[in-house]
Amino acid sequence: MSLTPDDVKRIARLARIETSDAEAQATQGQLNSIFDLIATMQAVDTRDVSPMAHAQEVYQRLRDDRVTETDRHAAFQAVAPAVANGLYLVPKVIE
Amino acid sequence: MQWETVIGLEVHTQLATRSKIFSGSSTAFGAAPNTQASAVDIALPGVLPVLNRGAVECAIKFGLAIGATLNRINVFDRKSYFYPDLPKGYQISQLAKPIVEGGALNIVVGDTERSIRLTRAHMEEDAGKSLHEDFHGMTGIDLNRAGTPLLEIVSEPEMRSSAEAVAYARALHTLVTWIGICDGNMQEGSFRVDANVSVRPVGQVELGTRREIKNLNSFRFLQQAIDYEVRWQIETLEDGGRIEQATVLFDPDRGETRMMRSKEEAHDYRYFPDPDLLPVKLDEDWIEAVRATLPELPVAMQVRFQHDYGVSAYDAAVLTGSRALADYFETAAQACGQGKLAANWVMGELSAALNKAELDIAQSPVSAAHLGALIARIQDGTLSGKLAKQVFEGLWEGAGEVDAIIEARGLKQMSDSGELEKIIDAVLAANPKSVEEFRAGKEKAFNALVGQVMKASRGKANPAQVNELLKARLQ
Repeated sequence: MSLTPDDVKRIARLARIETSDAEAQATQGQLNSIFDLIATMQAVDTRDVSPMAHAQEVYQRLRDDRVTETDRHAAFQAVAPAVANGLYLVPKVIE
Repeated sequence: MQWETVIGLEVHTQLATRSKIFSGSSTAFGAAPNTQASAVDIALPGVLPVLNRGAVECAIKFGLAIGATLNRINVFDRKSYFYPDLPKGYQISQLAKPIVEGGALNIVVGDTERSIRLTRAHMEEDAGKSLHEDFHGMTGIDLNRAGTPLLEIVSEPEMRSSAEAVAYARALHTLVTWIGICDGNMQEGSFRVDANVSVRPVGQVELGTRREIKNLNSFRFLQQAIDYEVRWQIETLEDGGRIEQATVLFDPDRGETRMMRSKEEAHDYRYFPDPDLLPVKLDEDWIEAVRATLPELPVAMQVRFQHDYGVSAYDAAVLTGSRALADYFETAAQACGQGKLAANWVMGELSAALNKAELDIAQSPVSAAHLGALIARIQDGTLSGKLAKQVFEGLWEGAGEVDAIIEARGLKQMSDSGELEKIIDAVLAANPKSVEEFRAGKEKAFNALVGQVMKASRGKANPAQVNELLKARLQ
């Protein structure tokens, strides 16, 4: 599998990364070499191997349903670019 | 052309845990903005999610309650999209291996009972809230809700009308509140419904193109939105148009749906297993321990109510509309030993009074024990139905115990037949015309006489006794 310049542009847009045509072209080459690596791995016969969600056979540890956090919004908001009435302010978004 | 409507629902239920799904922040509703958002919830660099056992138990309960398959190994995935109220840039959800798959829910529309199959239910975290009011031209973000545990419950596209969709949503609402995994508060967003709606010519096997109506927060809006959407789709197709797959919003003020985004603009979520979370394992001991905490479920209770109290299937369904209502009915029925009468009172007089006062069954001024005692006095002949209503009013006003109210207000049914006979004699003497008519074969005249006797006794005479004595006297 190899990526077209359009694929690269689309991935960049999904990741909200601004890319010039020159960058897209360079990135296309780099991404394609990663896909070559994946192609090599996909050539391995995995017919008798069941898919795994994690590389090791370990499972999620759980915590009890207890409230352990306290209100630290003053500290968190001290480094925020803009706040008002306890809210973080961001450029206007309307869907 | 005849059209068939096809509806599937996706319901987001907020799970009734104390803390968030991946952090120890409180989930309490209504706190000041961002006071319940920890480093994990606001996605500071380097933080890691730790799964809440309580949230998983809620999902297990739900799976057991609908007879679903519980995936012994289930996996969290990242769903990536950019929005300011989603600070990580992805939502932790479950895609390929959800915790619950399959199962079914019974619904009743009119006289018809149907089973609606569920596709799946998966755990995920809620996003924060964006407030678009004017903050100097900026949007305000409150992350208190970010990380609140959700169970997204997805049905098969098996509903064929808005009435069925509402019946399903109501049945689901009853169930999740019944088993205590969700508080069901729709105003606060604890139970949010998305409806996938399409139409197709009757007889066609393939599904039509669907549009998804997002975020319906009342059963009435659900019904209105689907009805509008179905009409719009049929009109569009009959006018030779095509339906484009899209996400739409319902505007309750205008009663119509409008496009939010088309398929072309749809997100590409790039799901993949979240490397911060390991697969979740449910072992049999844990599942059985959770099963042991489940209450008797509505369907089982309906069968039992019909069998134990002799109520109809319809009444049993109404009485199990909520756990509080079912408990109330059962307490009252046991107190008086009269299931059917108790059902009539709970669904009649009591419900009407509660509706009028805009009260919930849990806030009823008349306790189940008092209602049971009242019904017992109807059963033993102390009270007629009419007098019982007066006693009920006394109970509603908090005037005390049933017998005390009967005594204090002189509401006892007349049991002294001597006294009743005197009244009957007086009534017969005063209504010679009715007596004549009855003897001439007019049944109606008899009823008129009964009415006169009841009136003369100020409602305290026992109607059955009046009938009997009056008949004897007229023969």
